[in-house]
Amino acid sequence: MQEQSCKVVSPKELFVSGHRGCAGCGEMNAVRQVLLAAGENSIVANATGCLEVASTAYPQSAWNIPWVHAAFENAAAVASGVDAALIALGRREGVNLFAFAGDGGTFDIGFQALSGMLDRRQKVIYVVFDNEAYMNTGIQRCSSTPYGASTTTSPPGKKSIGSSGSKKPIASIVAAHDIPYVATATIAYHADLKRKVQKACKIGGPAFIHVFAPCPTGWRHGSEDTIEMSRLAVETGVFVLWELEGGYDPSKITVTVKPKERKPVIEYLKAQRRFSHLMDKPAELKKIQDDVDAKCKMFGF
Amino acid sequence: MTKMVIRGNEATALGAKLCRPHVIPAYPITPSTMFPEKISEYIADGELDSQFVLVESEHSAMSAAIGASATGCRVTTATASQGLELMHEMLFIASGMRLPIIMAVGNRALSAPINIWCDHQDTISARDCGWLQFYAERNQEALDLMIMAFKIGEDKRVLLPAMVGLDAFVLTHTMEVVDTPSQDEVDKFLPPYKPTHIYLDPKRPITIGSFGTPEVYMEFRFAQDIAMSKEAPKVIDETFKEWEKAFGRKYQKVTSFETKDADIIIVTMGSMTGTAREAIRKLRAAGKKVGLVKITVLRPFPEKEIKEALAGAKVIAVADRSLSLGHGGPVWAEISSVFVNEAKKPIIQGFIIGLGGRDVLVKDFETITSKCEATIKSGKPEKLVDWINVNYEPLTGVN
Repeated sequence: MQEQSCKVVSPKELFVSGHRGCAGCGEMNAVRQVLLAAGENSIVANATGCLEVASTAYPQSAWNIPWVHAAFENAAAVASGVDAALIALGRREGVNLFAFAGDGGTFDIGFQALSGMLDRRQKVIYVVFDNEAYMNTGIQRCSSTPYGASTTTSPPGKKSIGSSGSKKPIASIVAAHDIPYVATATIAYHADLKRKVQKACKIGGPAFIHVFAPCPTGWRHGSEDTIEMSRLAVETGVFVLWELEGGYDPSKITVTVKPKERKPVIEYLKAQRRFSHLMDKPAELKKIQDDVDAKCKMFGF
Repeated sequence: MTKMVIRGNEATALGAKLCRPHVIPAYPITPSTMFPEKISEYIADGELDSQFVLVESEHSAMSAAIGASATGCRVTTATASQGLELMHEMLFIASGMRLPIIMAVGNRALSAPINIWCDHQDTISARDCGWLQFYAERNQEALDLMIMAFKIGEDKRVLLPAMVGLDAFVLTHTMEVVDTPSQDEVDKFLPPYKPTHIYLDPKRPITIGSFGTPEVYMEFRFAQDIAMSKEAPKVIDETFKEWEKAFGRKYQKVTSFETKDADIIIVTMGSMTGTAREAIRKLRAAGKKVGLVKITVLRPFPEKEIKEALAGAKVIAVADRSLSLGHGGPVWAEISSVFVNEAKKPIIQGFIIGLGGRDVLVKDFETITSKCEATIKSGKPEKLVDWINVNYEPLTGVN
């Protein structure tokens, strides 16, 4: 394992306590880390979702930076307007402009707006906080939900194994838009995450960071185990930390945190009750392990 | 002031340009496509210094407009029909966030069946979205209302978005002589937009677009309704007066023609008003006591002005170029509501006319007039909601 150390830019907390996130929420943790890395000169356009609901119940706010929310599927489009506006007002220089959204608001309903913003090459740093289901509405399956996971719309049963799709490779799809910077990150590896945020800020955009953010409520693990789930995802190869700079060339993808010895996926699965129905199904467990092995092979380890 | 021969879309684009918008997000749609085309020409020729964002859908056009307006910019765009429907979600958000975005809408029918021609169903279906609504009769009005809409929407007492409707093809693609004000004249009329209520700036971090719980939601809506129902009517009158003083053209929320002694008053919006006026002249020449009232401002609904304009008529005939399926014409229903508490009530008849680009002709208003005469005679309308110039017998076998 290797991790570069990286200084936090902001001495001031920019996403503060008092919000209504669940105990052990991986997304709230991730947002705090992203903003500490980016610093005060930032603006966020936020999609509807857990983050927006938990942090802005009027008249309170957890945000110490300018923040705007309009709807669910359009964080990238709202940020596009902010980008154009800052240029028009002569205030664009030095401002880190973020779009924040969950996996539902990115992989599914916000996908078109995201693709449009990337195509227009707007200087937006899009960060998706991925907890692998529609958590704000109460754990429904989306195209980020992994194979076999139990959600309230993909319950296991006589004729169901849980979620039947495989997780959409969003960062690779975004990378195919040939943009300057794409990376994946997760909260257990905060130095890696901060370095990537700062690189994205330096490049300006369009940039995309896929942040893997465990959700104790939806994944049904202990709220004290959030960081552990994030680490296990990397150690098992379930989530690969990588980055790609300078446009679309898959041969230039760099894996930034490589586990020395990959742990078996079962260690990750058995720690979360969303997978508990798979524990007596060796064929399914083997399929999941095989899929992870194939993915890791693709990334060269 | 220069006289130009231009299409309706050029009038709205030119009106928008003269207001010096900072940001214009746009997506093409018939019949409004000429708006983003003209804007891109102005920018290409160095006549307009704006950020033009070529978004990938109307939903994103309105989303980007919201982002830009929330940052503190003057923002404009144009759309029509299905595009306005795709924006629908964002229309409420623009007004709820009190962002004075100004939009031209080429009034076009809604699918299905798909149809690109004129009716008012698109903007009528958006009348509860918290946007001010203006309807142009001619290209001159389209240009003038576009400029006035910025002044009204951006007024600190109002802070609401506005749409200016102009009829598909009848106005959007038809050339008319239009008096165009100079840049200096518009600069004098319209001050720069400098919002103080909300803007995104790291020097003053604020949270815009919060989560509103049941403890606060009604107060947000109430404040918005005060702006729309109490403040906007005053600001519209002031602005219309100021415009008349500066440019000599008079605007009213509702405009009367030959109504003084009229037994029958026809109510119209948009381009069919010209046809109706012609019909009234003809009917008056034949000795019939018929008048006309044109509605220019539908939101805020000019209840007082409508009541005054229509008082004294025996029968009011409302010509609706849209439909609330199951309850007749929307404007007919709204005008009926004006008289509900009056002791002396006229008979208010609704006529559905000109949907999906069906021509509206002088003879159609003659038909409406004779139906109203029959009502006066019998004291009761044959049908409260009637369809004009529709061949429904072969379709349904009923009448």
